[in-house]
Amino acid sequence: MRAFAALLSGALFGLGLIVSDMVNPARVLGFLDFAAISTGTWDPTLAFVMAGALAPMALAWRLSARRAEPICGGAFPGPSSGEVNGRLFSGAAIFGAGWGLVGFCPGPALAALGSGSAEAVVFTAAMLAGMIVHRYVTRARQLA
Amino acid sequence: MEQDWIAGLFGGLMIGTAAAMLLILNGRIAGISGILGGAVEGRNLPEGLAFLAGLVGAPALLALGGGAPGISVTTSAPLLLAGGLLVGFGTRLGAGCTSGHGVCGISRLSPRSLVATGVFMAVAAVVVFLMRHVAGGA
Repeated sequence: MRAFAALLSGALFGLGLIVSDMVNPARVLGFLDFAAISTGTWDPTLAFVMAGALAPMALAWRLSARRAEPICGGAFPGPSSGEVNGRLFSGAAIFGAGWGLVGFCPGPALAALGSGSAEAVVFTAAMLAGMIVHRYVTRARQLA
Repeated sequence: MEQDWIAGLFGGLMIGTAAAMLLILNGRIAGISGILGGAVEGRNLPEGLAFLAGLVGAPALLALGGGAPGISVTTSAPLLLAGGLLVGFGTRLGAGCTSGHGVCGISRLSPRSLVATGVFMAVAAVVVFLMRHVAGGA
């Protein structure tokens, strides 16, 4: 049941990325190119996608606060208690640099992979490698 | 251009509804880098793999039915590899991406997610500016 719910959620997520065209890096880079505002060629679509996505999710957080547990069992995530630290800053900055270079972030890269984009295959392979590198760096630090 | 923002809003609602489903049904945060990174590390496998199967599989089914979206990537292969490495490493170090911090975190006003989203948006915008307006095209 939990796996089925996750499958449905993933499918809807992927289709939403296609409907909104966020699967297309040209669209994302068109938003991130804020200098284009002055020339009238800026693409505001990503802001509408964010607004559309935030609304149901904000409702879901409120709903989760009123429920003892998720419908399929388990537990809700705890409050976001982590601190704003250097890891958060540098991680977000490194991610932003890669995002700006290509226009893919993890979700759209996977949806584009499913859509048969060869570039998404290359990007996803490198992204997985980056995740594995992070894992080993973290482990090496813990052992040191 | 007008259809674009309507499609964006509607697609965004689909994304938000998908994330809401995952929270209410399973108690999980729909952060793609978190789910993918978890799968790489072998954590929470059946659910994580099912989510990823839907995320990749639904667009694949659509493409098989002739509905593949136009995807325009103009980045050269070396930069594609560099971008992927940075995105993979950075999202794990910063514990989230556009979906985890941007959608799931901001919608609960998490200070960490607000800061992370501000930082990755700003850095991405600077990189795009340098590539397009200083270096002269990607």
